[in-house]
Amino acid sequence: MMGRVFVILLACFALVAPVQAEEDIVLGLNQTEVSISTNFNGSEIIIFGAVKRETPIPEGPELAVVVTVSGPSKAVVVRRKERKFGIWVNTDSVEVDRAPSFYAVATSGPIHEVLSRVEDLRYKISIPRAIRSVGAPMEVMDSAAFTEALIRIRTRADQYQLDEDGVTVDQQTLFRATVQLPAALVEGRYNTRIFLTRGGEVVAQYETLIDVRKVGLERWLYNLSREQSLIYGLLSLAIAISAGWLASAAFGLIRR
Amino acid sequence: MQIYLPIAEISVNAFLLLGLGGIVGILSGMFGVGGGFLITPLLFFIGIPPAVAVATGANQIVASSFSALLAHLKRKTVDLRMGSVLLIGGLVGAAGGVSIFNYLKSLGQVDLLVNLCYVIFLGIIGALMFIESLNALYKTRSGKRQPRKKHTWIHKLPFKMRFRVTGLYISVIPPLLVGAFVGLLAAIMGVGGGFIMVPAMIYLLGMPTKVVVGTSLFQILFVTAFTTLLHATTNYTVDIVLAVLLLVGGVVGAQFGTTLGTKLKAEQLRILLALLVLIVCGKLALDLLLQPSELYSIGFSS
Repeated sequence: MMGRVFVILLACFALVAPVQAEEDIVLGLNQTEVSISTNFNGSEIIIFGAVKRETPIPEGPELAVVVTVSGPSKAVVVRRKERKFGIWVNTDSVEVDRAPSFYAVATSGPIHEVLSRVEDLRYKISIPRAIRSVGAPMEVMDSAAFTEALIRIRTRADQYQLDEDGVTVDQQTLFRATVQLPAALVEGRYNTRIFLTRGGEVVAQYETLIDVRKVGLERWLYNLSREQSLIYGLLSLAIAISAGWLASAAFGLIRR
Repeated sequence: MQIYLPIAEISVNAFLLLGLGGIVGILSGMFGVGGGFLITPLLFFIGIPPAVAVATGANQIVASSFSALLAHLKRKTVDLRMGSVLLIGGLVGAAGGVSIFNYLKSLGQVDLLVNLCYVIFLGIIGALMFIESLNALYKTRSGKRQPRKKHTWIHKLPFKMRFRVTGLYISVIPPLLVGAFVGLLAAIMGVGGGFIMVPAMIYLLGMPTKVVVGTSLFQILFVTAFTTLLHATTNYTVDIVLAVLLLVGGVVGAQFGTTLGTKLKAEQLRILLALLVLIVCGKLALDLLLQPSELYSIGFSS
């Protein structure tokens, strides 16, 4: 009990005190823009960097690195099916008001070793922390099961990833991580965060944005469908009708 | 070969979509059904978001039904007059169906009701058609012929109209009602409605099977074109890239389908369609009855 109070007190102190910038991050990315073109089939982001310091490597616990990549957040509804009158129907639902469309965590070791619970809560690093759910309705007693289901479903689709061996750290100075972006990718700014930790405490932090955008034909079609939806609709009908006519004409020629 | 779909926002195999379109196209040409009741569940299955699948499916049906309709027009197996009467009823019914759909949506549970609609209608129609065509097949084998024209209460209604291609002289009230009913269900279930239209024309209106397919395609073409425009302008869920891939397969398939259809006997055609309807119905019923492997689902809040 006393220990926990002490940890919380320490955390409060850490919030007030500025993070000592004895160690700094110098970062490089293989791409700062991900272009979604017609033949897009997922992408790979390589995050590499070095730790810059004026003093020798500090004594004590070894340096660990945590990398997160987070896609745009959107509110979602998680529904649960129940058997009623012999058929399976949606009954209870819980709204999760912030769930990233994509979220990847890569660490240089087991996440509970490289990151303390307090620091995880503070920086919202692990997958369950990155999701925020408040308004669970009164009649739903087990709202945790709904957020667990959300994580389970999205992890299966590779939209949420936890790679506890995804960062390699060399000589406590150089690090390198690879994050796989799946083919089903939503447009937007992907926030990339890098944390240096020692003994579970965050000692340095760095943030940057990766722009994920549709390009070329994809961009044009998407814009047209939003801005000139009637023209877009007529265009899709015109394509359908002419394709139908073409096929009919072509087969007419073959038969003759 | 993987292709990224701009509206659905996922990447899928192009050849898979071409094949899918082709299969549905063949069925469309053979039976005069748009194939909506097949293509929409198939698109769900490969991971296309439901809203995009429904809207784009409608667009694909426009192409395959137009292609098949042209083939039928050449063969003069389309009753344009009957088709127009059905279409007038259909548009009225579709408008009513959309408002019912929105009402159900406000109550929640619209998915369940759509699924129940599918199971009930596919089940009834499939079973009736199957039994009837088996009987017909048996009778033609044993040498007996069915009486060609039966006079029922339908023939006593007023506002009679002559449908030359069909060879019918009946009141316009039954076709208008059939059209309206199909339009209503089509709007609720998000399909062209051919699988209801074809049996309704055969059994309720007494139209010859040869004309039924072409006339049904005529009506489906307009209903699905209307649906596509509605989805494109209100929900932004029509994916052109997905539609193009599906319809390239679809239009080719539809041409093969019409050729295949002319080679089969009317009774055989009906038995095959009945079997197909029953298979889809069984699949949907199982989904409702068996415990799903994942009880939870993710949806976007409005």
